[in-house]
Amino acid sequence: MLFYWGNLIKISPDIPLQSVLRSSSQQAEEINRVANYFYLAAGFILVVVAASTAYVIYRFRENKTEAPTKSLGRKWETFMIGIPSLLVVVFLYLNIRTINSVEPDWRGHDPDAVITAHQWWWQAYYPGSKVVTANEIHLPAGRKILLRLLAADVIHDWWIPQFGNKMDMIPAQENYLWITIKRPGEYYGICSEFCGAQHAHMRLKIIAQTEEDYKNWLLHDQQSVTNLSMAGGARLFMEKTCGNCHRINGTEAKGIVGPDLTHLASRQTLLAGLLENNIENLENWIKDPQRIKPGAYMPDFHLDDTTVTSIATYLNSLK
Amino acid sequence: MKAIALDHIEHALPDANRDKKILYWLSSVDHKAIGKMYLLAALLFFIVGGSEAILMRTQLAVANNHFLPPDAYNQIFTMHGVTMIFFVMMPALLGLTVYMVPLMIGANEMAFPRLNAFSFWITFFGGLLLYFSFAAGGAPNAGWFNYAPLNQQKYSNSQGINYYAMGLLLGGIGSVTTAINIIVTILKLRVKGMTLKRLPLFVWMALVNSFLIIAALPSLNAALSMLLLDRLVEARFFNTNVGGSALLWQHLFWMFGHPEVYILILPAFGIYSEVFQVFSQKRIYGYVFVAASTVAIGLLSFGVWAHHMFAAGLGNTVNGFFGASSMLIGIPTGIKIFNWIGTMYGGRVRLTTSMLFAIAFLIEFTIGGLSGIEFSIVPIDWQLTDSYFVVAHLHYVLLGGSLFGLFSALFYWFPKITGRLLDEKLGKLFFWLFTLGFNLTFFLQHILGLMGMPRRVYTYQSIPYYTLLNLLSTVGAYLMGISVMVLLYNIYKTMNAKINENKDPWNAFTLEWYAPSPPREKNFVDVPVVTSRRPFWDLKNPDNRDYD
Repeated sequence: MLFYWGNLIKISPDIPLQSVLRSSSQQAEEINRVANYFYLAAGFILVVVAASTAYVIYRFRENKTEAPTKSLGRKWETFMIGIPSLLVVVFLYLNIRTINSVEPDWRGHDPDAVITAHQWWWQAYYPGSKVVTANEIHLPAGRKILLRLLAADVIHDWWIPQFGNKMDMIPAQENYLWITIKRPGEYYGICSEFCGAQHAHMRLKIIAQTEEDYKNWLLHDQQSVTNLSMAGGARLFMEKTCGNCHRINGTEAKGIVGPDLTHLASRQTLLAGLLENNIENLENWIKDPQRIKPGAYMPDFHLDDTTVTSIATYLNSLK
Repeated sequence: MKAIALDHIEHALPDANRDKKILYWLSSVDHKAIGKMYLLAALLFFIVGGSEAILMRTQLAVANNHFLPPDAYNQIFTMHGVTMIFFVMMPALLGLTVYMVPLMIGANEMAFPRLNAFSFWITFFGGLLLYFSFAAGGAPNAGWFNYAPLNQQKYSNSQGINYYAMGLLLGGIGSVTTAINIIVTILKLRVKGMTLKRLPLFVWMALVNSFLIIAALPSLNAALSMLLLDRLVEARFFNTNVGGSALLWQHLFWMFGHPEVYILILPAFGIYSEVFQVFSQKRIYGYVFVAASTVAIGLLSFGVWAHHMFAAGLGNTVNGFFGASSMLIGIPTGIKIFNWIGTMYGGRVRLTTSMLFAIAFLIEFTIGGLSGIEFSIVPIDWQLTDSYFVVAHLHYVLLGGSLFGLFSALFYWFPKITGRLLDEKLGKLFFWLFTLGFNLTFFLQHILGLMGMPRRVYTYQSIPYYTLLNLLSTVGAYLMGISVMVLLYNIYKTMNAKINENKDPWNAFTLEWYAPSPPREKNFVDVPVVTSRRPFWDLKNPDNRDYD
């Protein structure tokens, strides 16, 4: 069978349409203004070229003319340099003006969040509050914020279409990006620089909140886990060495290679937007990671079903 | 006008064993045989690269498709890009140049016939070496521009990228030696009276193009050598874990990569310039403008590479500079479009298949050129780079520009090379199917880009309109596939027909048509003294000669 839909499709979450033409940040609005001017000019040029081509073919087709008759005058040559040059000057001006207003100098400003891209997930760290989370990034709406963008392995690229500009995340380099999100809401993005096997499944979600909600969320996520009993899943989590790669704040698990799991159950999706976050998907993932996301760095520990279930139950309790 | 014997340059043509066909092809140093082998090799790789495109589009036809596993898809899209650029476009355009330039300037051979054979074979073996990677445990899988550090052993541990580096190095050496050969041929072997101001425009483009190749390829060859050292002996140029630089690769690659896209389009500009003249039965409008704007494009092309890196965080000053220089390219390119329309104006336009491709090019290339200028506006580039909008843009310039040019040249020069006219009915069917499929496939990808679909994803989740647009795009790709079958059948059918009596079926202007069609091993017994830009026209119309 040519097309094969696996079980994955039923559980992979739908994503609402994200169009670059919808401006959800001030930066996107400015960029789209220039883009609209450009589409007008480009549309005009395309129409001129297409219309004059059509006219010439029709007017000078072979069964209408015997032999070549006339030629365009030299003055047209000046004309056809003049018009494009004029357009170039206009757009050069708009170009420089928009660059400087969208991405002013970041030196001397502290970032509100530090995002580190990994193969194939996103880590967010909020300086000053010790909160570390993954893939679903909370940001305040209504004020200008600065992101510091880093990469842990290869080059990735930050892109939330409705926020406008991309920024590469390059290993051993710090890049910065300004965003002024206009309204609270959920926005979706995806890594846009090819980064290896699972580039297609490296989605991220921005949860933009009012200043107050955002502060509350930060307070909540700062807390370490409350259930400290070492029974069941929690004990197995440590025993099976999960903590070497994953961190659960307040426990012995202090790994930083994989995503932070402290408040895993409060996220809506797993694996950078690949699956809905529920216990069944968690179990499937822990049982056979390479079937769900081939190439991912999570090893298959060949755990038996009861172990998988109790670890998944434990993780699912980390609100 | 009197015909003179061609006496100023006579190459002793090395003698191959004519009784044994294979040995003849293997040992030939005849520029026509080598040109044909270039074109056939390009056709072979075109079929392979096209099949890879069909596989990709099949995988992307619907959301969450499992037709190809991720790693296979990543190898295939990488091989598609590398194949089409380095082993289809390059050899096809260089092969056409090697075949046509001596004929157009009234010479009997290239300046260095043995070097010519060397260039072809090393390029061809480069392609074979690249494809050997499939047998050696996996093809390259980091995209045609193969960014560091993804191209390092740690992140791509099959042998594929080593074969990428070695295959492209061989191809790169072949391109540089061909370019040297073309420059010397054009500067030294022109027939008497053919000054630089009377060169056919195809030859002008070949000349400028060859200088671009010589100046651009070393940057790639250096980068590839550094990459091989990185991967084989841990030289660490691009290994960011131990102090190497990711951006160094990008600079080296695009310092080659951007001139490269002009290397792919300039010969096509040359083809269009010839085709528009002949099928309008009129001289080019603004010869000096076309030639001079090409030189301008050539010079500017070396100052624009960082527009591929606007999102890499180079800073506003650098981005502003490269945005400005890139935008300037639009002026000389725009001039050319108007030159070609101006050439048709007042002429007698014959809508042959060759001409149809040239006319369609005007529109397709304007679309691709405008989206190109769009990417020189830095903030818009920030938004759209690395999305499907780029995929649409680059196919509009590479297919709508270079490939349409090659098809136009195929129908125009096929009777020159083989002495047989391709079937025009099948040709027009091919043209309409291909053009329709092309626009269906790639125009929609602009919209996908605007809807936030990044390039190089092996699948996409269920997002409104994604499946619809991708499915239509796939249908377009199949249409192109079918149209290529029509073309292959046309070629097969024509090759079985008998040779045309008329050596000059289009009433052409330039010297290659003065030679017999197909040309004998020695191109010219004698050639006319050239007194204008249209020497063959002068010869046919002694009462109505050009003076320029």
